[in-house]
Amino acid sequence: MFYLDDIGRYFLMLKGVFSRMTKGSVLRNLILKEIDDLILGSLGITVFLAFFIGAVVAIQTALNLTNPLIPKQLIGFASRQSIILEFAPTFLSVIMAGKVGSFITSSIGTMRVTEQIDALEVMGINSLNYLVFPKIIAMFMYPFVIAIAMFVGILGAYIAGVYGGFLSSIDFITGLQEEFISYHLVYAFIKTAIFSFLLATIPSFHGYYMKGGALEVGKASTTAFVWTTVVIIIANYILTQLLLS
Amino acid sequence: MIEVTNLHKGFNGEAILKGITTTFERGKTNLIIGTSGSGKTVFLKCLLGLFTPEQGSICYDGATYSDLNIEQQRNLREQMGMVFQGSALFDSMTVEENVMFPLQMFTKQSKEEMLERVYTVLKRVNLENAEKKLPSEISGGMQKRVAIARAIVTHPKYLFCDEPNSGLDPRTAIVIDNLIKEITEEYDITTVINTHDMNSVMEIGEKIVFLQKGFLEWEGDKSQIFKTDNKAVTDFVYSSNLFKKVRDAQLKGL
Repeated sequence: MFYLDDIGRYFLMLKGVFSRMTKGSVLRNLILKEIDDLILGSLGITVFLAFFIGAVVAIQTALNLTNPLIPKQLIGFASRQSIILEFAPTFLSVIMAGKVGSFITSSIGTMRVTEQIDALEVMGINSLNYLVFPKIIAMFMYPFVIAIAMFVGILGAYIAGVYGGFLSSIDFITGLQEEFISYHLVYAFIKTAIFSFLLATIPSFHGYYMKGGALEVGKASTTAFVWTTVVIIIANYILTQLLLS
Repeated sequence: MIEVTNLHKGFNGEAILKGITTTFERGKTNLIIGTSGSGKTVFLKCLLGLFTPEQGSICYDGATYSDLNIEQQRNLREQMGMVFQGSALFDSMTVEENVMFPLQMFTKQSKEEMLERVYTVLKRVNLENAEKKLPSEISGGMQKRVAIARAIVTHPKYLFCDEPNSGLDPRTAIVIDNLIKEITEEYDITTVINTHDMNSVMEIGEKIVFLQKGFLEWEGDKSQIFKTDNKAVTDFVYSSNLFKKVRDAQLKGL
């Protein structure tokens, strides 16, 4: 019953987010600020992780190809498939649930604790729209981060594979282009768009409705990370079933 | 003027406010006092529209809050200024941006007009040369001044203050109290202050409402509070050693 109550409140929150819009000029500045905080602030860690995970995927695939009948191009093929289909959209979203999610929860939670949200409400401002809506819009830029991660991940796989002496550059590029299905990119970006919405709203929910003091802000951040991850994993399963089966 | 009639509010089955009826007059500093847990903050949040009463009504210059539609309630809230206990300044904004915020949200003024108004208000609360500082870079007393400036920048009809001098040294507390009183008279607004500070009562208490366990136990002005024989009020007032000594000295004719 407790979880049902929370789910109900989450959807009521969404209703609140999309009603009584904040003044356009103020909203524009808020969105730009959120893009800076949530998207640009995450680029560094995303590129770093993408490069090394891509490299590891290539090495792992190469080390497991012991059968000489299996062509080396498979390393490029497997790296591309795993990075585009799962690593970039899902794995990075789970990491972003920790980075972006805890930032959102703690910033909104701190505003709740220090009565800044009450101050907004007293002024007649729809605090949900003011605080959460810009984050949702800013997170629409998240697929661009994932696109960069895909590129850097494949670059990491190429460097590790080719310069690690596992296969030639020609083999990697041939494997990379082999049986490319462009719909897989569509699938990946549909997933990413839905994850970006979850990444913006679930941590906001935990921050907005938290009660207590500084300690509870920390607890809310942890809870937000756990639930965002759980929902992303479940959504990933459902979306894969719906879009790829 | 704010008229409160038979106000009831509770949480999880526990009654916090039990039938409060009172009036807060315009141009006066109205104080809500009482011990911790007496329901002061809940009462104030009901007045602000942050809590919905279970029973009773709150009437702002003839407009009953519960009878207003959402848009009208929003318009009414735009006429309210609030000074929170912890100031509730937006910590990512500078002093100037904090004070300008309500103007940006609710007016169509140009940036120059808004800045002019911001500097006028900051000057009024004796806070100059701190415009570009963040709330974390200024003292508690200065934060309270910024909060007052933000609350009055849009010319509100109602000013609410939740323990405006808590955490301040006695001298700064008096300065803040007097500033609120001066602004109340100057702008002719209805001010309601939630406090348990007897110094504030002495300084600015033109109308005092004493709450005890959710009931309105007593109301009067600062001259009456020391003459009342209501035990709950005298217990509260003379819980301060200073006031006790003053009373003892008066009784001894010193």
